[in-house]
Amino acid sequence: MPKCHLKIPLLLSLAMGFVFASAQAVVIKDDRKVDVVIAKPPQRIVSLLPSLTETVCALGQCKKLVGVDRYSSWPESVNKLPRMGGGIDPSIESVVAARPDIVLMGTSARGAEKLTALGLTVIALEPRTHADVQRTIQIIGKALDVPDKDAVQVWSDIQSSLEASAQLVPLASKGKRIYFEVSRAPYGASESSFIGETLQRLGVQNILPGSLGPFPKINPEFVVRAQPDIIMVGDSNFADMATRPGWQNMQAMRMQQICHFKKEDANILARPGPRLAEAAKLMTQCLIDKSAPTNKAKSQP
Amino acid sequence: MTSQFNRWPPAFLAISLLLLGIFGIALGSSVGSTGFESWFDAFQDEIAWQIIWDIRLPRSVGAFVAGALLGLAGAIAQGLFRNPLADPYLLGSASGASLGVAFALALFGGNPFATEFLIRLGLTGAAFIGAVLAVMLTIALAQGVQHTLRLLLAGVIVGVVLGAIASLISLLRPDVLQGMQGFLLGSTSFIGWNSCALMFSVLLVCMGLTFLLSRVLDALSLGELTALSLGMPLAKARLVLVTLLALATGAAVAQIGLVAFVGLAAPHLVRSLIKAKFNWVILLSTLMGGVLLLLADLLARLLLSPQELPVGVLTAVLGGGYLLWLMYQSQNNAAVG
Repeated sequence: MPKCHLKIPLLLSLAMGFVFASAQAVVIKDDRKVDVVIAKPPQRIVSLLPSLTETVCALGQCKKLVGVDRYSSWPESVNKLPRMGGGIDPSIESVVAARPDIVLMGTSARGAEKLTALGLTVIALEPRTHADVQRTIQIIGKALDVPDKDAVQVWSDIQSSLEASAQLVPLASKGKRIYFEVSRAPYGASESSFIGETLQRLGVQNILPGSLGPFPKINPEFVVRAQPDIIMVGDSNFADMATRPGWQNMQAMRMQQICHFKKEDANILARPGPRLAEAAKLMTQCLIDKSAPTNKAKSQP
Repeated sequence: MTSQFNRWPPAFLAISLLLLGIFGIALGSSVGSTGFESWFDAFQDEIAWQIIWDIRLPRSVGAFVAGALLGLAGAIAQGLFRNPLADPYLLGSASGASLGVAFALALFGGNPFATEFLIRLGLTGAAFIGAVLAVMLTIALAQGVQHTLRLLLAGVIVGVVLGAIASLISLLRPDVLQGMQGFLLGSTSFIGWNSCALMFSVLLVCMGLTFLLSRVLDALSLGELTALSLGMPLAKARLVLVTLLALATGAAVAQIGLVAFVGLAAPHLVRSLIKAKFNWVILLSTLMGGVLLLLADLLARLLLSPQELPVGVLTAVLGGGYLLWLMYQSQNNAAVG
């Protein structure tokens, strides 16, 4: 906090300077707690995190993107843009060469200091929860000079779509216990992750309590012990799941209560961005698909 | 030598290690995601029984056998290269295995045909093939196994290059990254009875053959020329020992990933406790490796349960700490004596 106090006079004067230069100057506090001054509405944007790329496009600013990281893949149009490295290894040179007015990148990405030192305006944001997604939409909206009500609209659209998905979840599926595997170590998504939050919205339970942290590396026997009703997993991890010791006898495995998501769908599920609602749709579809056979299986014995 | 050596008769040490191993396996079957839990409660509960029989027991036994393979490989490597810093991964098998895993992970879930094939092969199969190919590459680069220094250098080169390719794959395919990291840090989570049986048979073969060659290793410890002048079949023995080293390491790495330090620390620990001929060193390093990895695995499961620490991190911390202590102690002894 004392640090902030020291900065305020400086920033104020800076901001005032810009206010005189241009009426539209805005100051934004990003996830590094750095106050970023944006003198005029950016026309050239570089985004180095897929969820931020998606947010920019959801705000209708897709055409202003001049470069993205190599993992951004949605919407289709960003695939034609120049690639500028990834989060771990952004290509400083090509970012600078693109002469962006603003660079959006994750807080864990390297190169933010370097890019700032080279005179670029960097906003570092790393959404991890639903609340973060909402905040990120607002911040990027403000930075790109999108009218406030449009940013609010994007978020409320997500909310109503989430609500609609929750309505579609069959009654029989409410309260089912889910294990969502993120990767094969195995890492699972707990209640405190954005995936867990979405599951909660859909009215199902998670076998991993939020106290373990968002994506805990768990002991595989924990899953066998917890006996989830439904398992959700990406195709690439599903491939050899049944060969794990003790797993093939698990209720969910025997009853085929597993949803494995295609690679493209796994991207939707894994990114905390404006496609949260689409992710919820995928999960809802899974719950619908798996609710019918369970009833049969239950009535058989 | 000084009186601090041989305070442990080798047979006594072997029996204590074996007992410690059995105790560890028994403990390992009662320690899991829910903390301590006795066997007797499990008889009533089908799921609990399944967890003990299908998951905890093979995992504990597997940790012991894999550690034993690494301990054996470490003893072979240090004897063969006459270098206390030699470890089982020295011929490039570690990075070969990680490259195999990186390839397999990158192909998983892509092409259905490739996936089908990979499920049959499994990640362990891919890792094993990678490890063996890497060692073959090292031997090819060193133009045979007779030149120890050349072999070491070629091993370093192969290790660095293959490791770099594996890193490149995981950079290009970020979804591979977490799986790769899990492999690099080592994990005993997924060992089943089949893996145990496989590793155990490899262990038996390797140990038997190494025993037969222990006289060569004894002679080698006096220097290459001495060994030759004693009439040892050095060329043939080297070829067999390098093969055994690669086989033991490959089998262990394929099942548990890159577990640090066990192979390096086990022979050192044994030599700090006893001074004996190689036949004992081989047996004891094998047991010591098993006990080390088993204990590390127990801790890894227990410390944060139901979360899990990567077992490789623990072996590195424990093994490294012990070696450091050993080093200071021998320094102090040297200063006093």
